Amino acid sequence: MTMIPNAVEIKDLRRTFKTKAVKSKKELVTALDGADLEIKEGELFGLLGPNGAGKTTIIKILATLLFPTSGKAEVLGYDVMKDAYQIRKNINMVSGGETSGYGILTVNENLWMFSQFYGIPGKIAKKRIKRLLRVMDLEKKADAKVRTLSTGERQKANMIRGFMTDPKLIFLDEPTLGLDVNASRLIRDFIKDWMRSKTGRTVLLTTHYMMEADELCDRVAIIDQGKILACDTPANLKRLVTKESTLKLEIRKVQDISAFQNIKGVKRFTYDHNITAGITKLNFILDDEAIVADIVAEVPKSGSKIVSVEKSEPTLEDVFVTLVGRGLHEN
Amino acid sequence: MKINRNTFKWSAWLGWQMESNWTRPFIFAIYAIVRPIAASLILVVMFYVITYLGDPSTARANFDFLFIGNAFFMYIAQVLFGVTWIIHDDREHYRTLKYIYISPANYFVYILGRTLSKILITTFAVIITLAFGVIFLEVPLNPLGVDWLLFIPVFIIGLLSIIAFGLALAGISFLTAKHTMGMNEGIAGVFYLFCGVIFPLSVLPDWGISFAKILPVTYWLDLIRTSLGAGAGIDTAVAGTSVEVSLVVLIISTIGFALFSIGTFKLGDNLARRKGYLDMTTAY
Ligand SMILES: Nc1ncnc2c1ncn2[C@@H]1O[C@H](COP(=O)(O)OP(=O)(O)OP(=O)(O)O)[C@@H](O)[C@H]1O
Ligand SMILES: [Mg+2]
Repeated sequence: MTMIPNAVEIKDLRRTFKTKAVKSKKELVTALDGADLEIKEGELFGLLGPNGAGKTTIIKILATLLFPTSGKAEVLGYDVMKDAYQIRKNINMVSGGETSGYGILTVNENLWMFSQFYGIPGKIAKKRIKRLLRVMDLEKKADAKVRTLSTGERQKANMIRGFMTDPKLIFLDEPTLGLDVNASRLIRDFIKDWMRSKTGRTVLLTTHYMMEADELCDRVAIIDQGKILACDTPANLKRLVTKESTLKLEIRKVQDISAFQNIKGVKRFTYDHNITAGITKLNFILDDEAIVADIVAEVPKSGSKIVSVEKSEPTLEDVFVTLVGRGLHEN
Repeated sequence: MKINRNTFKWSAWLGWQMESNWTRPFIFAIYAIVRPIAASLILVVMFYVITYLGDPSTARANFDFLFIGNAFFMYIAQVLFGVTWIIHDDREHYRTLKYIYISPANYFVYILGRTLSKILITTFAVIITLAFGVIFLEVPLNPLGVDWLLFIPVFIIGLLSIIAFGLALAGISFLTAKHTMGMNEGIAGVFYLFCGVIFPLSVLPDWGISFAKILPVTYWLDLIRTSLGAGAGIDTAVAGTSVEVSLVVLIISTIGFALFSIGTFKLGDNLARRKGYLDMTTAY
């Protein structure tokens, strides 16, 4: 059996930031609090976590943009503190939800210039740029000035910049953030194809879209408050919670939500108010299916009406709720 | 090596595209031609004030002195402001700094390339200024009378010292936010005061003269005037020094400046990566 080498190895990684809080008192923010992680070469790996969990901080450290405060971080066998150049030759990074690039240059010129910062031979660079522009459905914008592009188009151009260098390992920080359904689909398909078309390529992506992590990733790590809480295949993670039942309930005109919390046998309980629609979504993880009846019986008592009831298969969100004790989109 | 060559070439190209916005030739013309001429006219006003207050017999020489000094000072102003502006704009406006930083390209080389295009544009402005001075202000500058064998090496070495200083500022600019432009104005002001740009060093107090004597720009401007044969015969406090000695001092202090700036750049780079400033955006 041959050992597959690690593309990323993180051990007890810590990162704190000094911030000037109110009245110029220094405050210490902990972004990473002893994170451990191993990603194998050839994996499409997802980091799933709520806002402020430390996802971007991990990527910045691995991409040689930020020093860790302490702990070990290795990329493709190289130390991020000592061997930045070796790492840089083999990686790239794309952050979603931002507009990057020189507005006065055309898309083609921007990409070409970056290809030259990587020393890619001219012919190869031109071929790759052309192909990626086609794949990303951006061909007709090739000669348009970057400043005339829409946000989504700029994001696609940024993706091309990342993949054009044919990195061994690419970091994608929320690659579909702010994109419409079609563009998101395109990007996800592209990432899958890219992984399939050559062995040994590795992707580390962050997201807080559960479906995306579930659909794309070979393995997913769940991160919260700077710590990795679990790391496994999406299927295995979901198996963590299959012993329990999941109930989703939509109700109208709810007065007091706390009653649901106190029903016996409710293991986890989260909710989400949609104020404009006047509907509240309740999510339960239950010890026993029999409790469904108790919950349904509680609805009229709380003065509300049932809109829909759904008993569902566990999702990564349920895994998250079980591990963290709160929903991915609650604060 | 190839990456460095390509990085230099294409960052210089980028700089050129940014400087010479050919899509708006009218604005570019103003930038490149009208601005230096306007600056020269301000000098004329200053000159009349000086003549009015001072001794009219030395007025001509004084004016030539400050005219040449001011023309070549444009390099200092452009490089100093330019480098900081490049870093702050790449980081906050174009959001490209982090992507260039994590590429195998050497950021030092990238900044050098961007600076080169600034120097080219500035050269254009300097030539226009000098031509304006010769034609309209009787600055005694004759291409046939210039000591080119002295001028060319002096000009290049001096530029290197200015670029070196710009790179040190690049390291510092990693750590500063967009609204800290004041620092550059301060530094440019120091050069303006202590390098004999518009008035002779001999008017400075003793400590000022000592300080001026370690700055390469002082010798640069002095040797430029000597080689051009214009604005030279003024008591500058380094005027007594022979051309050979001035050249040697210029070379030594340029090397010193270069070492200092490489160190400063590395330190700034390291601190920025430690503090997480490489993709910083500032709120106003
Ligand atoms: N430069 C910085 N200065 C101060 N605090 C910072 C800095 N960068 C990150 N943090 C803090 O560190 C924590 C983790 O931030 P990080 O950007 O890694 O989160 P994230 O998981 O990427 O979140 P999101 O989903 O919102 O992108 C947050 O609390 C954030 O406020
Ligand atoms: Mg983030």
